[in-house]
Amino acid sequence: MTTTGTPGVDARGVDPGYAPPAAARGIGLVTIYMGITAVVLALLMVFGLLMRASQAGFIAISPTRFYQLLTAHGIGMVAISGLGGAGVMWYFLSKYVSLSRGILLANLVFFLAGVVLVLGGIFLGGFAAAWTFLFPLPAHGQGAWGPGATAAYLVGVLLVGVGFLLLYLDTGRAIIRRYGSLGRALGWPQAFGKSAAEPPPPAVVASTVVTIINIPAIAVGAVILTMSLVNTLAPGFQVNALLAKNLIYFFGHVFINSTIYMAVIGVYEILPTFTGRPWKASRPFLLAWTATMLMVLAVYPHHLFMDYANPRWANVMGQILSYTSGLPVLVVTAIATLANVYRSGMKWNMTAALLFVSIMGWSVGVIPAIVDGTIAINRVMHNTLWVPGHFHIYLLLGVVAMLFGFMYYLAFRGSAESALDRAALWAYVGGGMAFAIVFLASGAMSIPRRWAVHLAPWTGLDRLGTLFGFVAVVAVLVFVTRFLSRVRSLRA
Amino acid sequence: MEQRIAVLVSAVLGVLLLGVFAVVARSAGSSGTADEIAAGAARWRRAALWGLIVLFVPTIAYSLTKMPYPSGGSSASVIVHATGHQWAWELAPDTVPAGQPVEIRVTGADVNHGLGLYDANDRLVTQTQAMPGYTNVIRYTFEAPGTYRILCLEYCGLGHHTMSSQLVVTPAR
Repeated sequence: MTTTGTPGVDARGVDPGYAPPAAARGIGLVTIYMGITAVVLALLMVFGLLMRASQAGFIAISPTRFYQLLTAHGIGMVAISGLGGAGVMWYFLSKYVSLSRGILLANLVFFLAGVVLVLGGIFLGGFAAAWTFLFPLPAHGQGAWGPGATAAYLVGVLLVGVGFLLLYLDTGRAIIRRYGSLGRALGWPQAFGKSAAEPPPPAVVASTVVTIINIPAIAVGAVILTMSLVNTLAPGFQVNALLAKNLIYFFGHVFINSTIYMAVIGVYEILPTFTGRPWKASRPFLLAWTATMLMVLAVYPHHLFMDYANPRWANVMGQILSYTSGLPVLVVTAIATLANVYRSGMKWNMTAALLFVSIMGWSVGVIPAIVDGTIAINRVMHNTLWVPGHFHIYLLLGVVAMLFGFMYYLAFRGSAESALDRAALWAYVGGGMAFAIVFLASGAMSIPRRWAVHLAPWTGLDRLGTLFGFVAVVAVLVFVTRFLSRVRSLRA
Repeated sequence: MEQRIAVLVSAVLGVLLLGVFAVVARSAGSSGTADEIAAGAARWRRAALWGLIVLFVPTIAYSLTKMPYPSGGSSASVIVHATGHQWAWELAPDTVPAGQPVEIRVTGADVNHGLGLYDANDRLVTQTQAMPGYTNVIRYTFEAPGTYRILCLEYCGLGHHTMSSQLVVTPAR
């Protein structure tokens, strides 16, 4: 794959024919969203690299600090993927419906306030219960953290959730106002009826699905965050640990999946501008999104396979849906992406390449995820490094590639890309994939995840993983620097 | 065995998919008729749908017969009580015979832990969560004597990585 510039750009690399979408569409705010996303992604990747380097024995990080970094890396990546995904979704959805800039700003304010509390809880208060805050660990810091740190973390996450809830209430409001109902925005009259009307554009369909699934996810997340908070402050208030796990994984699974569903809107909207082949919401596309919307709400028990006490029907359902839940959208999107690019006469650029890579990463990463979604295999893979192996493929090379693809789109629109960009692209794809494959290999060797200190036989793979991770992080720093170098001119 | 299947399936399908994406990426420079390609994509989509159904239905059906959950009455003559604490395992007894069904009753005293049972080659052979308020039961027959390690597989606080214990399997009686 090679990248080339687009003819007709000026010396600064700006395409004179490109008029940025009007300020009324919140371009400035979306740019701020993406700027924050870029910086935070880089910082959290450095956290991840430090953890791998410590496991490898290259540097010495105390277990206390390691688990703080682990907690920050996990919650930070989930939240920032959400913020970046929301930026992508808002940018394109606002072409079709009238969204509130005030709510977009409010989400950012809640996000930043929450981040301050979360970081304070972790790095000042010592909170290190992992991003999943599995009940009742937040209240059992064993002296490493106290109720104040736990409260800061839980309230911080709650604030981030409140911001996103406002955002989705606004997208829901705007979609209903424009299309009449959520069902119409999902294209149900076209998918299930005989309506010959033009279906809603893919961006609207995906945004509607995210709105529908994330509102209950955030509400359930708020319930368990609040229950954990009460338990921390008043230990006499107890919660059933299995119920708590169900609530946490429902919230976590739906929210992290939604980050992909928001960011993929960039693929639907941007890729056709390079290939010249419009991306239509076909009937299979509409059916796929509805199917995934329903299944993704019920698949989360696959996180509970090793909780033998969980109802067996729920775990069996979790396995069946693990095989089927994400696939409709993925298969339809992947095949449409391949068809969109195949012999399109397109000249590669960073935006197109990153978006194409993102669908590759999403598709490839789902394979080891489905394998792990098999109860009989989960028995020997659950909570080994196999798990970060598969999710780093579809997050690092999936959603993160979508986000950087969108940033290059905002900043360069397929023009003015340098040899440095192209080198960074290859380093990112190669380093990122190798980094994740080392995780998979480590999981196949039964190395547990979330261990601050690794046994001697494991450190060979850790060193390899650290080196590949370093390559990917350097590449990401190039992406971030290039985007930030253009932020000022974008906002002007 | 399960690990090998996981690696094999992921590697084969992953390389196949990477190959497809690479071929399409290389084709982007040439031009084709959009309508023909769209029709081809529709055929691929149908093929993918049926291919996945043919692949998934028997795989799901077969694998669900291999679930580790205990069912029916216990025939185990040896029962081990395993309790996870921050940060140590309490095992009683910590010695079991090979060749006999063993029932390991696992719970957590304070927070969630994960009991991971590793064989003498440091390969994970089975696991379950150790959860406050619940007892999860592993039924397992140790084929070979030796020292099996128990590692914590659910993050449980700053001493998580120190939660290691041993279960000694003696030769069959």
